[in-house]
Amino acid sequence: MSELNHALEHPTYNYKVVRQFAIMTVVWGIVGMLVGVLIAAQLAWPALNTELQYLHFGRLRPLHTNAVIFAFGGSALFATSYYIVQRTCQARLISDKLAAFTFWGWQLVIVSAAITLPLGLTTSKEYAELEWPIDILIAVVWVSYALVFFGTIMKRKTPHIYVANWFLGAFIIAVAVLHIINSMAIPVSMTKSYSAYAGTVDAMVQWWYGHNAVGFFLTAGFLGMMYYFVPKQAGRPVYSYRLSIVHFWALVAVYIWAGPHHLHYTALPDWAQSLGMVMSIILLAPSWGGMINGMMTLSGAWDKLRTDPILRFLVVSLSFYGMSTFEGPMMSIRTVNALSHYTDWTIGHVHSGALGWVAMISIGAIYHLIPILFGKERMYSISLINAHFWMSTIGTVLYIASMWVNGIMQGLMWRAYNQDGTLTYTFVESVAASYPGYVVRVIGGAIFFSGMLLMAYNIFMTTRKDVQPQPAPAAVGAV
Amino acid sequence: MDINDLRGLSTAFLLVAFIGLCIWAYSKNRSKAFDEAAQLPFADDEMNERTRQEESRNG
Repeated sequence: MSELNHALEHPTYNYKVVRQFAIMTVVWGIVGMLVGVLIAAQLAWPALNTELQYLHFGRLRPLHTNAVIFAFGGSALFATSYYIVQRTCQARLISDKLAAFTFWGWQLVIVSAAITLPLGLTTSKEYAELEWPIDILIAVVWVSYALVFFGTIMKRKTPHIYVANWFLGAFIIAVAVLHIINSMAIPVSMTKSYSAYAGTVDAMVQWWYGHNAVGFFLTAGFLGMMYYFVPKQAGRPVYSYRLSIVHFWALVAVYIWAGPHHLHYTALPDWAQSLGMVMSIILLAPSWGGMINGMMTLSGAWDKLRTDPILRFLVVSLSFYGMSTFEGPMMSIRTVNALSHYTDWTIGHVHSGALGWVAMISIGAIYHLIPILFGKERMYSISLINAHFWMSTIGTVLYIASMWVNGIMQGLMWRAYNQDGTLTYTFVESVAASYPGYVVRVIGGAIFFSGMLLMAYNIFMTTRKDVQPQPAPAAVGAV
Repeated sequence: MDINDLRGLSTAFLLVAFIGLCIWAYSKNRSKAFDEAAQLPFADDEMNERTRQEESRNG
């Protein structure tokens, strides 16, 4: 009884579930990126597609996207959102048991995906490939997640709901709505179902889901991360709290309309295409508002970038965010899309967001978290974080630059025609011309992946009880 | 009155909502509350320390 009273009068945080998700972020990051490097190599050297069907590109590609988005990115979001909501509400999670259920439930979803996708069980909806029994499990876990998150906000000890929680809350609600509506299907067996939608409507629902998976899962959630960890790591409050509020409402109000830009020049009605294009262009404003707000948080403390590679991860992720949220609206313009669509430019754009923004801000946040969660002063080796930072940056730049070159080249080759109206190039000639870019992509991806191995080693050494952190080298980073 | 009037009205509504949001967010009487909220990431060191001590005790 006295123990219970003690807990009530002196509440503590639930760091256990944060620790679990933080470790799995690194594990699934390594798995997902390894598969990514493998399928990049299969595109460069098709002989790597062996007789074994389970390791074929078509089976592994959805495994890669699901692993990096939902396993790596998802675990990072669970870890940071549980951490942020507790610390900014000054309240323990409303239920330790339900939080533990979301951890084990989410791992079960990931393992089910890792089994069913190589077997070829898929709904064929991009980023929503998982079959209906797994979809139901996702919905149950997600609703539990919402209960834990909003329940904790309800029992907060602070008068305000910190802005990061607004972004995280919007991400949780929007993903629940998107997942449930897009996954509506008629099951015909345990492993096969047909979408409840047909034709153009199916395409529109799919890309309403697909683009908002980008907008809410990969943007709003990670912006929530940004609004906590950038001020925390820089040791100063966010540049403008007022701008963050305008940023929030503008972003959530506009993102939801941008989906049709995935369907330019299709059977989708022209007005819907135009709507998607205009809303995508408007999105530049809130996106850059948020980026500037994050970056300017460092004003007066720019010198910290010279000595703190964790802060560098966070700030460079914001630069990549700014870059890809400029590129996205530009690519959504119908005439630009006529050149870029179906080419590697799209893949490059996605990875400038996925590697540069999502992965790098998550990596920075995890490096910030691990010492706190494992009761250590700091990470085992600051110079290894610095090395990881440069590997991530160089890997991302190689990846996106090679895909820009490939994408623009493919777009130009496909549309080139002779005076008599015949096409100048066959499709396979554009594939052959893409070979150097594919090789550079494998190299960039492998460098980024190797950085994750450094991270795993650094975290392993940090968590060991008998190992002291290496002395912080004052000169590190002062390049 | 047809669907296009509705489209025009919804555009006007969104514009008004956005301007209203900006005026609200930047108004003087919200200033104190927002300054407090912005400090929240730095306001809970005690509970964090207690959690870490408790965890190190329990091994």
